[in-house]
Amino acid sequence: MSDKAPRSRIKDQIDANLKRIYDDITKEEVPERFRLLLDQLRTKSLEEPAPPPHRTGDEP
Amino acid sequence: MTRQRNDAVCDPAAAAADKPVEDFRDHLVDHLGPLRAFALSLTRSRPAADDLVQDTIVKAWTNAEKFAPGSNLQAWLFTILRNTYFSTIRKRRREVSDPDGSYALRLSVKPDHDGRLAYSDFERAFAKLSDEHREVLMLVGASGFSCEEAAEMMGVAVGTVKSRASRARSRLARLMGLAEGESVLTDADQTTMAVTGRPGAHAA
Repeated sequence: MSDKAPRSRIKDQIDANLKRIYDDITKEEVPERFRLLLDQLRTKSLEEPAPPPHRTGDEP
Repeated sequence: MTRQRNDAVCDPAAAAADKPVEDFRDHLVDHLGPLRAFALSLTRSRPAADDLVQDTIVKAWTNAEKFAPGSNLQAWLFTILRNTYFSTIRKRRREVSDPDGSYALRLSVKPDHDGRLAYSDFERAFAKLSDEHREVLMLVGASGFSCEEAAEMMGVAVGTVKSRASRARSRLARLMGLAEGESVLTDADQTTMAVTGRPGAHAA
């Protein structure tokens, strides 16, 4: 059963580690700043449905 | 102010065109976790990763009309994120007149050690890979995109994705000093493997 080529076993182990790193971060609680950001974007797009606001004031 | 219902009734096409855009924005929150994981694998710094995710969200929001309804939202978001990351790196390289990229490399390579995750040998080795190698391993090795999807996101040929992923794995194994048959995993990881591992999935 376990006579798989070492090379592909290393590949599987590397991928398992990559998945573990990826899953660990994915499962973390998302920082509050992102909920605030989405709220801000939603509020803005309700107020100004057209293009994003330019605040620089250097446009005609 | 609520929208007049008549608008939607009189113009069903406009109503239909409106709907998917709103749906996709409502689902952005579900992709924050994967975006943060991908961003951290590229930047290797938590503050930089979260800034990158923030830029990605703002770009996605303000370019909502460019998202093809029904297509893979996560792939679209990942593409925005990696394009933002790589264009920042290129820009930084130009700004400090650093043609060979050594300064940009130093900026981007410094892994952070905020102690949130204890860096294992594996993570240390991963952090030493090039941007392109980390990217391809995260896309096809960790987040489960197909080589075809990754190729589209990275703007390269499928064959390039496959050979790059293979070289990245070899480099990672070498960095860890892995000889054939040695294990990269701890006992706890072996358990995870038993659950998630896909033996023999190397047809490509």
